[in-house]
Amino acid sequence: MINLKNVCYHYRKGVPILENITTQLQPGHIYGLLGLNGVGKTTLLKNIGGLLFPRKGTIEIDRLQPKQREVEFLSDIYFVTDQAELPDWKIRQFQEVYGALYPKFDAQYFDSLLETFQIDVRKNIKSLSFGQVKKVNIAFGLATNANIILMDEPTNGLDIPSKTQFRKIIAKYVTDERILIISTHQIRDIHHLIDHLLVLNHSKLILDQSINALQDSFYISNNPSDAEGAIYSEKSMHGTLSLIDNLRNEESQFDIEFFFNALSADPSLVNRVKPTKANL
Amino acid sequence: MQFNNEKAIYLQIGEYAMDRILLEEWRAEEKIPSVRDLASDLEVNPNTVMRAYDHLQQQEIIYNKRGIGFFASNSAKALILKTRKDHFLNEELTLVFRTMDLLDISIEEVNTYYQNR
Repeated sequence: MINLKNVCYHYRKGVPILENITTQLQPGHIYGLLGLNGVGKTTLLKNIGGLLFPRKGTIEIDRLQPKQREVEFLSDIYFVTDQAELPDWKIRQFQEVYGALYPKFDAQYFDSLLETFQIDVRKNIKSLSFGQVKKVNIAFGLATNANIILMDEPTNGLDIPSKTQFRKIIAKYVTDERILIISTHQIRDIHHLIDHLLVLNHSKLILDQSINALQDSFYISNNPSDAEGAIYSEKSMHGTLSLIDNLRNEESQFDIEFFFNALSADPSLVNRVKPTKANL
Repeated sequence: MQFNNEKAIYLQIGEYAMDRILLEEWRAEEKIPSVRDLASDLEVNPNTVMRAYDHLQQQEIIYNKRGIGFFASNSAKALILKTRKDHFLNEELTLVFRTMDLLDISIEEVNTYYQNR
């Protein structure tokens, strides 16, 4: 479990990036971390990964604090950053040297992922394109078999078939022991994978809900008669899509992008989420 | 798999599983794909597949053998056919009747089309 208590962070004094972030992230889930540009998503991931230390508040991951950077912690977490800075070595060399830092590293799995992504392991990382480096980094991250995987814009730079492969791989990766946090603007690339939403807005965590709870609370309707009095609506080629309170106890498909747009237009709609027995 | 935009994904996965059973790609008393394998095939969260399987289990279309996996039940096909039939008679036909009223089409006219199909 990842336990964040009142986490605050700023780069410059008086300019808060994260304010009092409190949440508990449970294993067995894929968390989608969303927010407009510059709201602190990457900063939050860096704090969880022990690359930045909270100015105030605490982060605990199974009783270990990321800021202590203990081996036990570092060997069970991998952060796939948006711009990977991998050494200018042959891929195989990189895998052998860095893989040794992760006790659960699975070299065979790494090779099979690279094959899926059509990357030749004999190549030098220096010769690869942005998207190819991304693939190497994703393959390496998952081959560590770490229980905590942080990903910042993982599909950015991936070609279309690789996005499909990426979704298949991620769906298999999540088990009862593992937590994945994926931050992205390309929500449509991964929306069926996410089962819990975290939304940052003006340095605060304004939404922390499972997709199930959101589906219970809201109904997304394409019935024109629902447009009037809707909480939020958008016109598209297929007619008007409306967000309404879920009063019929039926579940519509939960369109995360549409919901995020509604939330950006009016953050107070989080108050309409029905209280649930369990949030997960 | 392409999902439509209306129904919740877990319900669509349930429909997908029922189609597999009707087409006998998944046979009675045989193991069906594991939650993780199906999640990977359909590119969705395993918890969503689990929810779909729970739903099918409640309807006794599939059952769980602890530690082994999920199996299509003996009566799966019959149950699905019954559900689909109910749905056709109670919901799809209602829409057809409404359109018939709207366009002033008699049942005899429809019957002619039915006989000549």
